[in-house]
Amino acid sequence: MRRFSLIAVPYAWLLALFLIPFLIVFKISLSDTALAIPPYTPTLKDGFAALIAGLDFENFAFLATDDLYYKAYLSSLQIALISTSLTLLIGYPIAYGMARAPQEWRATLMMLVILPFWTSFLIRVYAWVGILSNDGVLNQFLMWTHIISEPLTILNTTTAVYIGIVYTYLPFMILPIYAALDRMDDSLIEAAEDLGCSRLTAFWLVTIPLSRNGIVAGCFLVFIPALGEFVIPSLLGGSGTLMIGKVLFEEFFNNRDWPVASAVAVILLLILVVPIVLFQRNQQRQAEAEQ
Amino acid sequence: MKRLSWFNITALTLGFAFLYLPMVLLIIYSFNASKLVTVWAGFSTKWYGELLQNEAFLDAAWVTIKVAVISSTFATVLGTLAAYVLVRSGRFIGRTLFSGMIYAPLVMPEVITGLSLLLLFISIGLDRGVMTIVLAHTTFSMCYVSVVVSSRLVSFDRSLEEAALDLGCSGFDAFRLVTLPIIAPAVISGWLLAFTLSLDDLVIASFVSGPSSTTLPIKIWSAVRLGVSPEINALSTIMIGIVAVGVITASLVSKRNSLRQQREERAAERPA
Repeated sequence: MRRFSLIAVPYAWLLALFLIPFLIVFKISLSDTALAIPPYTPTLKDGFAALIAGLDFENFAFLATDDLYYKAYLSSLQIALISTSLTLLIGYPIAYGMARAPQEWRATLMMLVILPFWTSFLIRVYAWVGILSNDGVLNQFLMWTHIISEPLTILNTTTAVYIGIVYTYLPFMILPIYAALDRMDDSLIEAAEDLGCSRLTAFWLVTIPLSRNGIVAGCFLVFIPALGEFVIPSLLGGSGTLMIGKVLFEEFFNNRDWPVASAVAVILLLILVVPIVLFQRNQQRQAEAEQ
Repeated sequence: MKRLSWFNITALTLGFAFLYLPMVLLIIYSFNASKLVTVWAGFSTKWYGELLQNEAFLDAAWVTIKVAVISSTFATVLGTLAAYVLVRSGRFIGRTLFSGMIYAPLVMPEVITGLSLLLLFISIGLDRGVMTIVLAHTTFSMCYVSVVVSSRLVSFDRSLEEAALDLGCSGFDAFRLVTLPIIAPAVISGWLLAFTLSLDDLVIASFVSGPSSTTLPIKIWSAVRLGVSPEINALSTIMIGIVAVGVITASLVSKRNSLRQQREERAAERPA
């Protein structure tokens, strides 16, 4: 009985505030647009049969006919993929350098990677507005050094979105890769080199495969949140940057079309199921390998 | 001792410059006397003065802190309970659903969480305000707390708890006197994590807040959408400063503790 009440409290909380809200989103995505325009009134009181009869796929059909939506999904996928690769390319050398650093530096380096993580996400994205704008710090610097004569337009372009995602999610890439590299036995590299591998071959054949779990975990930790990102494309991207998180937000707040916003959310969730399941599997395999 | 190659030194220097330069620039420009980013008009602290007189910001800061304290405390209790259930209860009906509900919010896009909670609050007729933000924040941050706490519970020697039970402790006393002190560091970091997540949240709060419950991130958001603002630079500097002091203190404390532990272990090894 006691055990039951222990389980019941967090269980009921999550059911009420996590699962049921999703079912509501799902239901609204299937409800009639004309009836469901706010103030939306739930039709549960009309009885279950009426509820089922009222469901249709009109909103999903609408998403398929308007090319804004599939373009937004595709461009979110593309932006998330490219920025994940960039984060890996930048994050790996940093994690590698940390793992090679003398023991007494490592705690400090680790703290320096974690510190931005505790700092407000919004502020870290905002910091780039002043750097990337036409009269911003970067353009002033480049013009002062005479590398360019005209200011570059970076803010309000997709390039700025890439910079923003790489910058804010870099710690999520560095930490799991560092954890994997830190556990690695250095004598394996020495053995490979003794056996005639060049440094680069040893790195490619020994270090990379041994840090594979860290790389996979880091990539998912960047890719999954980047796909639904709202703050970065709204603040740094321009009107040409289509991302589904932004579309959903605008559909809901500006167009006040709740059923379509719900349908957008349902499809985004379906797209995310694959990477989320793969990520969970990777984590489980890693946990089993450690035991 | 390993030596760093030039490649490693370059990677670390450029990497950390990339991580810190934007924040350093933000701090420098918060002391700029000019309102424009382009011109450096000399050192000034006037933006801090204006910030402290801006009632709207102070009100929003107060709402944010209130929400963060309440929601992180609830989240810590619920999250610790959830972790305890997941690690200790073995099999029970609906366990897969339960662990799924614990892990899913960690990877859920904020726009979806916000939208779904808002639709829930509307369909049960709950007025949006501080209370709805607290409910929303508690829900997603309890999941983070439970992940942090359960990783500590997994590595914990269960026989200590069993010994307490054998020696006549009630289940609750064994938890209070044995388990809780051991998992305390994880519970505290869980609370801090929940607190920070709540302070930081813009998207979910935008969905579930009402007109009378503007939080600081919402206020910052509406100011920065129009471009760079020196008051926001000043506010950012204050926030970065608080985090930096907190993180550095925490790491110094943990370093001192681990040094002391090492000394004690060495002293214990020495023959009497």
